[in-house]
Amino acid sequence: MSTVLESQSHRRGGVGRPDRSLRGRPLLYTDYADEMAIWNTPAKRFWTLMLVVAALALPFFVQRDITALMTTVLVYAIGGIGLNIISGYAGQVSLGHAFFLGLGAYTAAVLGGEDSPPAVGLGLPMWVWLPAAAIVPGLVGLLVAPVAARVRGLYLAILTLGLVFLGEHVFREAAWMTGGGGVGRAPAEPVLFGVDLYSRQTVLGVELGRQQVFYFTCFVIFVVMAILARNLTRSRFGRAFAAVRDRDLAAEIMGVSLLRTKTLAFAVSSAYAGVAGALLSIVFGRITPENWNLFLSVDFLAVILIGGIATISGSIIGAAFVVLLPRLVQELAVHVPFISGAVGQGGVLNIFQLQTILFGALIVLFLILEPRGLFGIWLRVRNYFKAWPFSY
Amino acid sequence: MDELVATVVRGLGIGSTYALLAVGFVIIYRTTQVISFAQPALMILGAFATASFVSGAGLPFWLAVVASMAVLAVVGALTERIALRPMVGRPPFSAAMVTVGVFIVLLIVAFRLIGTRVVTVGDPWGLSRVELFGVSVFAVDVAKTVIALSTIAVVGVVLMRSRVGLAMRATALDQETALAQGIDVGRMFGLAWATAAGLAALAGTLIGTGAGGVEATTALVALKALPVIILGGLDSIKGSVVAGLVIGVAESLTRTYQPQVAPWLGSNFDVVVPYLIMVVVLMVRPYGLYGTKEVQRV
Repeated sequence: MSTVLESQSHRRGGVGRPDRSLRGRPLLYTDYADEMAIWNTPAKRFWTLMLVVAALALPFFVQRDITALMTTVLVYAIGGIGLNIISGYAGQVSLGHAFFLGLGAYTAAVLGGEDSPPAVGLGLPMWVWLPAAAIVPGLVGLLVAPVAARVRGLYLAILTLGLVFLGEHVFREAAWMTGGGGVGRAPAEPVLFGVDLYSRQTVLGVELGRQQVFYFTCFVIFVVMAILARNLTRSRFGRAFAAVRDRDLAAEIMGVSLLRTKTLAFAVSSAYAGVAGALLSIVFGRITPENWNLFLSVDFLAVILIGGIATISGSIIGAAFVVLLPRLVQELAVHVPFISGAVGQGGVLNIFQLQTILFGALIVLFLILEPRGLFGIWLRVRNYFKAWPFSY
Repeated sequence: MDELVATVVRGLGIGSTYALLAVGFVIIYRTTQVISFAQPALMILGAFATASFVSGAGLPFWLAVVASMAVLAVVGALTERIALRPMVGRPPFSAAMVTVGVFIVLLIVAFRLIGTRVVTVGDPWGLSRVELFGVSVFAVDVAKTVIALSTIAVVGVVLMRSRVGLAMRATALDQETALAQGIDVGRMFGLAWATAAGLAALAGTLIGTGAGGVEATTALVALKALPVIILGGLDSIKGSVVAGLVIGVAESLTRTYQPQVAPWLGSNFDVVVPYLIMVVVLMVRPYGLYGTKEVQRV
C-alpha cells in the first residue's frame, strides 16, 4: 500500500511517468491515466510493435495483388473506425456511411484529379485534397446532424438510408463532379511534394512497386487516424459518446449536451468516411456514382459488427475479415465441386453468389453467436490463456 | 385533366403495394420491435413463387397468389424461428442487422432462382383499360388498389376482432405481461413474420402484374416501403396506408410532371421523391404522421 502512495506522490511531484517500482506486477495500475493508456500492458506494447513490423514487412513477401488487397483492408479499417465512432461508440446507427465515402471521394477527385470533361479536376497536390476530403464530408455531417439528432433508433437508421439514395441521385446528376451516372471519372492523384505515391519509387536504394508505395502511404494515414480515434474515445468526448449510447436521457441529466455530442460524432465519423472514400477511389481506379450505394454501407456495417462494436482494434480485424473473405472464398472454391467459377456456368451457386451469401450468413451468425464480434472471440482466447491453467 | 387522373390512379396502384409492404413492416415492428430489412427479398421470392405456380403448376392466377402467400408465410415463420428468435432481448439494432443478413441470403437465393429472366405472374389484367370518372385508366392499377386495400382491411379486422389478433396486440403492448396471461409469445412472433411475409408475397405479385413483370433487381423497389413506414409512423397501420398512398401518388405525379416543370432536378427524380418526403417530414414530426411518440420518464 505504501508503495502505491509513494508512486502517486511521485507523479504529483512532477517527475513524469511513475517509475515502474512494482516490478513483476505489470497489471497493477496506480493511477487512472496509466490504466487508460492505449498500451497499458507490456504485452500490448510488444504485440503492437510486432504487428507494425509485420505490416511494414508484408509487402516485401507477398504478391502485388495481395498488397493491393491489404491496402483495401487499411482503407476499410479507416472507414470502419469512422462508422464505429458514430454507431459503436455514440450508438447512432447510420446506414448512410456510403454517402460520406462518396462525398470524400468526389471532393478528392475534383480537387486532386485530372480535368476530363464533363468532370472538373483541379489537379492540386495531396496535402490539399486529403484534408479537404475529411473536411467537406465533416461539414456535411455537421449539416445533417441537427436533423439526425431529432430522431432516434431505427428512425435514424432509415433516415440515413434515405441519405444514401438522395446522395446517389445527386452524384448521378452532378456530372461536373462525378462524370455522370454509369460513366464515372478518374480519382484524385496522390501526388505529395512532387512525388507520385501511386508509382514506382526508389527509397534508400530499395525498388518499390506502385502498389507497395501506396500501401505504405495508406498505412501511415491509417496509423495516424487509428491513434487519433483511439485517443478521441478515451477522452471526455468519448465518454460522452458512450453515455449518450447507453442512456441518452441519463446522459442529458448529467450535463452532456445531446445535440452537441451527436453532432460531433456525426462530423468526426463523416470525416473518417471521407478520407476512406478518397483513398478507396484510388484503389478502385475509376469511380462511378453507383459505387457509393447501400451495399457499401452494409459492407461497413459488417466490418464493425463482425469486427466488434465500439472497439478500434475490432474495426481493423473486421475490415481484414470483410475484405479478405471474398478472396479466400475464391481461392477455396476451386476445390468445392458444385461451385462454378464464373457467372452463368451452372453449378449450384457461382462464386460471386457464394461470396455474398456467406457474407450475409456470417453477419447473422456473428450477431447471434458472438455479439462482440471477432474482437470478442479474441478476448475470450486471451482470457483463457491469461488464466491458464485455471478456467477462470 | 385526363393525364392527371391517370397519373393519380397509377400512383394509387403503386402506393397501395407500398402500403401492403409497409403494413408487413409495421406488424413485425409492433410485435417484435424489429424492423425487418428482409421484406424486399421475401417480396421478390413471393412474385417468383406466384409465377412458378402459374407457369409451372398451371394453377389459375388467384389460386397461385394464395399458394404463394402460404409458401412465403412458411418461409417468413422459419426465418423468424431460425434467425430472429435467438435475438430476443438483444438491442433492436442488432436484430435489424440480422434481418439485413437474412435479406442478403434470401436475395441471392432469388437471384439464383430468377437469374436474368423477366418473370411474368400471369395476371388476368395485362394492358386492358377501364373507364373511371370518364377517364380511361389501366385496369391493373385499379385492381392493385382494390386488392391491396381490401387485404389490409382484412388484416386490420383480424387484428382488432379475433382472439389471435388480440393476442398479437397484447404481445405488442408488453411481452412479459402477455406471457403471464398465457399467450405463446414465440408463436405470435412467428405469426407476425408469417403475416408480413404473406403480405410481401402479395405485394410482389401485384408489382409483377400489368405490362412489366419482375426481375431479381425489382426487390430494391420494396425499399421504398421504408420511407413509407417512417412517414406513417413505425407502429401505425393506418399511417402506413395513408403514407403508402401519399408516396405512391407523389412519385407518380413527379414522374409525369417533373420533366416538364423542373427538368433541372435530373432524370429519374421520382425514384428519390419518397426519401425526400421522408426527410422533410422527419424534420417536422420525428415520429411520422401517426407514430406513437416515445415517452421518456426519468
